[in-house]
Amino acid sequence: MKPFAYARPADVAEAVRDVAAEPNAVFLAGGTNLVDHLKLGVARPDLVVDVRTLTSADVSDLPDGGLRLGAASTNSEVAADRRVRERYPVLAQALLAGATGQLRNTATTGGNPLQRTRCVYFADVTTPCNKREPGSGCSAVGGYTRYHAVLGTTAALPDPTAPETCIATHPSDMAVALAALDAQVQVLGPAGERTIPFTELHRLPGDDPSRDTVLEHGELITAIDLPPLPAGTRSAYRKVRDRASYAYALVSVAAVLPPGGDVRIALGSVAHRPWRATRAEELLRGAELTDHSVRAAMDAELAGAQPQPGLGGGNGFKIPLVNRTVVATLRALTSEASA
Amino acid sequence: MTDLLTPRAIGQSLVRRDGVDKVRGTATYAFETDVEHPAYCHPVQATIALGRVTAMDTAAAEALDGVLAVLTPFNAERLASTEDAEYAVLQSTEVAFRGQLIGLVVAETSELAREVADGITVTYAEQPHDSELRTDHPGLYAPEQVNAGHPTDTAEGDVDAAMAAAEVTVDHTYETQMLHNNPIEPHATTALWEDGSLTLWDSTQGVHPDRAAVCEVFGLDEERVRVVCPYVGGGFGSKGNPHANVMLVTMAARALPGRPVKLALTRQQMFFLTGYRTPTIQRMQLGADRRGRLSAIAIDVVEQTSKIKEFAEQTGVPARMMYASPNRRTTHRLAPLDVPIPSWMRAPGECPGMFGPEVAMDELAEALGMDPVQLRIANEPDVDPDTGKPWSSRHLVECLREGAQRFGWDSRGPGRRREGDWLVGHGMASSVYPTMRQATSTASIRFSGGRYVAEIGAADLGTGAWTVLPQIAADALGVDVADVDVAIGDTRYPTASVAGGSSGTNTWGSAIVQAAREFRGKYGTDPQDGDEASGDVDQAAMDDAHAAYAFGAQFAEARVNADTGEIRVPRLIGVFAAGRIINPRTARSQLIGGMTMGLSMALHEDSVFDTRIGQVANHDLADYHITVNADVGEIEAHWLDEHDPYVNVMGAKGIGEIGITGTAAAVVNAVHHATGVRVRSLPVTLDKVLAGLD
Ligand SMILES: Cc1cc2nc3c(=O)[nH]c(=O)nc-3n(C[C@H](O)[C@H](O)[C@H](O)COP(=O)(O)OP(=O)(O)OC[C@H]3O[C@@H](n4cnc5c(N)ncnc54)[C@H](O)[C@@H]3O)c2cc1C
Ligand code: SF4
Repeated sequence: MKPFAYARPADVAEAVRDVAAEPNAVFLAGGTNLVDHLKLGVARPDLVVDVRTLTSADVSDLPDGGLRLGAASTNSEVAADRRVRERYPVLAQALLAGATGQLRNTATTGGNPLQRTRCVYFADVTTPCNKREPGSGCSAVGGYTRYHAVLGTTAALPDPTAPETCIATHPSDMAVALAALDAQVQVLGPAGERTIPFTELHRLPGDDPSRDTVLEHGELITAIDLPPLPAGTRSAYRKVRDRASYAYALVSVAAVLPPGGDVRIALGSVAHRPWRATRAEELLRGAELTDHSVRAAMDAELAGAQPQPGLGGGNGFKIPLVNRTVVATLRALTSEASA
Repeated sequence: MTDLLTPRAIGQSLVRRDGVDKVRGTATYAFETDVEHPAYCHPVQATIALGRVTAMDTAAAEALDGVLAVLTPFNAERLASTEDAEYAVLQSTEVAFRGQLIGLVVAETSELAREVADGITVTYAEQPHDSELRTDHPGLYAPEQVNAGHPTDTAEGDVDAAMAAAEVTVDHTYETQMLHNNPIEPHATTALWEDGSLTLWDSTQGVHPDRAAVCEVFGLDEERVRVVCPYVGGGFGSKGNPHANVMLVTMAARALPGRPVKLALTRQQMFFLTGYRTPTIQRMQLGADRRGRLSAIAIDVVEQTSKIKEFAEQTGVPARMMYASPNRRTTHRLAPLDVPIPSWMRAPGECPGMFGPEVAMDELAEALGMDPVQLRIANEPDVDPDTGKPWSSRHLVECLREGAQRFGWDSRGPGRRREGDWLVGHGMASSVYPTMRQATSTASIRFSGGRYVAEIGAADLGTGAWTVLPQIAADALGVDVADVDVAIGDTRYPTASVAGGSSGTNTWGSAIVQAAREFRGKYGTDPQDGDEASGDVDQAAMDDAHAAYAFGAQFAEARVNADTGEIRVPRLIGVFAAGRIINPRTARSQLIGGMTMGLSMALHEDSVFDTRIGQVANHDLADYHITVNADVGEIEAHWLDEHDPYVNVMGAKGIGEIGITGTAAAVVNAVHHATGVRVRSLPVTLDKVLAGLD
């Protein structure tokens, strides 16, 4: 592990100043992702600024009827919060579907959406990876792609040597629920405060796969706000994985269904960011939700999906899988609604 | 035939003697050994799969404060023996597989050692490598023999003619995946070289075999080397023989005389250095008449070995003896590849070798419209088809019947039953494991302070040796088990064989009984303080006239989600006939542990080998999935009260490995019953069944 300086400043403003002043500085929250990367040499900061005790750990009511999740609230606390469980079950379910009890007790609201990809090559410093080492190439193309993207990529088998190639997925469960909930991210940066719609927090690789989000260096998440939902809104999170617990999603679906309103769908582990299925949402606007209509809408959503070939057969199975999972999730939500 | 010991302590469900210490965290494992002022090691690994190291830039590393030594092929001591290429660490610049050890940093802290090791710049002359197992590999060859001394090929009768004439045939290719042992305790050692003597606190399945290997490699006298290992946090075969890390840490200790050094491999490093189960490709042929009587059994196995050290998994061996058939053929071919060195993993041979055949039997039953349990019963051989010897005891049919009854097999129906969102299916398979005894092991028994102390350099891998050996000693001496202590896990005690091949209790127990008899013969029932006698396993009665195996049957319920294809196994029941059970508590945990590992093989474990670069892509525990608690539902292991007078005086067969055999086939057969999808390559994952769902 590369030696680094560790700082625990007095408040968030100082923390932001510290990180902004040092190009190779990072924030530390629960550390469940960052510390692994320090050990593996994936993250090699010179300065680690601990913000765990600086941001709020509270879940508090907002005047508009929504909820504010302080950045230091733990995944366990948020999942257990009565208001979250009653009003935003999709979020509680997503959190409980992630990692393990021990990890959730430590992982935070600010850190979870900022965890890095689980691409195995990203975690292995002996292999080329554009995200870890810009310009080095992408080892995943044609390699182990089971957990990789089918949406938001340019092509099946993009050029592995091109500096912009990255077919990684964002692995967070929580983030998929937050995308479906249209959450808002409260940020404090060197230039002051700003609010970022959660659906715009994460990026596609574009021409710089090293950047997961639109956050600028030194920008700190202080809280995530959940907007109020109409009474009677139903929501659910469905995670499909290789083992029953303690595994990242192959695909996941967060769905929010307001009474008489239009369904919102977010997909996980299919793209470089949590994927709002806007095309499917559009096609389902005002439509009756049946297996048939949902499947057709998802077919349209997935029309441009690119299966990535690779070891063990690649990840083409994700395309029918995510479609079937959306159908099953909405079927359960609507039958719950009519029950 | 021997008179079995009268069981008094044997058969009791005693708690583990080491349990409390382990739960409290006070049991000391190799890396935790309390030594004064230890130094820490971190290896440097090759990042090419084939070629040569041309230079290593270590100057900056060596100059760093806190760095004690940097060992490379350019400065390492020359070993006395380089015959075993796995052990010939830092003896040449050749790289034979990615991840091979090419250096070591010893430093004041483990963090520093790691940082420095990772920072060393290595220059290579790289060559194109070949790491892909395939049945048309041009280098396929027949090894002289396969592991455990079995012949590579066997043939009897004419399989081709029998297949051509058979009323019903099955001819398919099955694949088992590459698997890595992941004991919770990594391979770890604390080593001290002082005054020309070496002490290794090493996590090993056998202190004596470990010492022998180190002595051979370094040219040391065994009297000058002590290996200590009271506890092992799991091994499953991967600590059955030492791996290169033990030689490397020994080298480090010798480079820093008087200074204890510690080396624990990281989880990631284990995927390169501590062995694995080779993937296997098994072409299976079965021919039968309409009543299900087999006329042909053939298995042709293709599997891999590393080019630098041969490892020939005996995959085809169980097909030689499970079922009766006049025409039989088994073959093994190895593809020599530029890959890490395969090694022992729980039930080598039987575990992969009970996959293809037991799925093929299910396919045959289906083709015949016959119950798979009945098909197996119909092909029960009177004598061992392989050797022609009578069985010491074989109660497979009883296991099948009792398992079927406990599981509720009769309610099975034709398949494709749906409960809510889940498709439900039942499947079964047989289990088998040979009963083995090692040739050498000695025990001594001493009377001291009113208690009996049995000493033997045996190993407890978490299996229960600390607990069951006193039970055996107590019955052999005719005393209360509370009056017996054992001392194991140290080369200061008499020589013991490796804990492998499910042979530990058989071998060490036989030596202990022999020692007890010597003791009683010499001193009677009223010994003096300090009286001592020893016994050897080779003095114990040995039966060669019978074929000795433990048998079992496993039944699985699989549920497959009709939307997503997710597979869960809520129910797994095994019934075993494994001779006399010495301790039901430790036995049950071995059997359900084996079954859980079999379930893990069926559904989850998969070392995805990236043939482009020659390494396991998913080389950590987040990505290499091992079955977790939530995946295990109801799991039961039962056993018959089997009396076998031929195996040993305890009447005990091995139980460490049989539980993992057949499980994967039972699960795959259950998934087929649920979905109609036949998966012939492991693991069975949702993507393999998805396309077959409505
Ligand atoms: C074995 C294992 C299994 C897991 N399984 C799952 C799973 O199934 N599903 C899932 O979703 N997750 C899973 N996780 C990931 C886990 O959820 C994340 O590690 C955790 O949520 C990260 O939160 P943290 O507070 O520990 O973040 P940290 O590790 O402290 O930080 C993560 C990143 O966020 C940055 N950061 C942290 N806080 C802030 C802030 N307030 N503002 C700006 N930047 C910040 C850090 O600099 C760092 O880059 C798993 C993790 C492990 C180790
Ligand atoms: S997919 Fe992205 S993260 Fe993975 S190797 Fe390629 S560039 Fe790196």
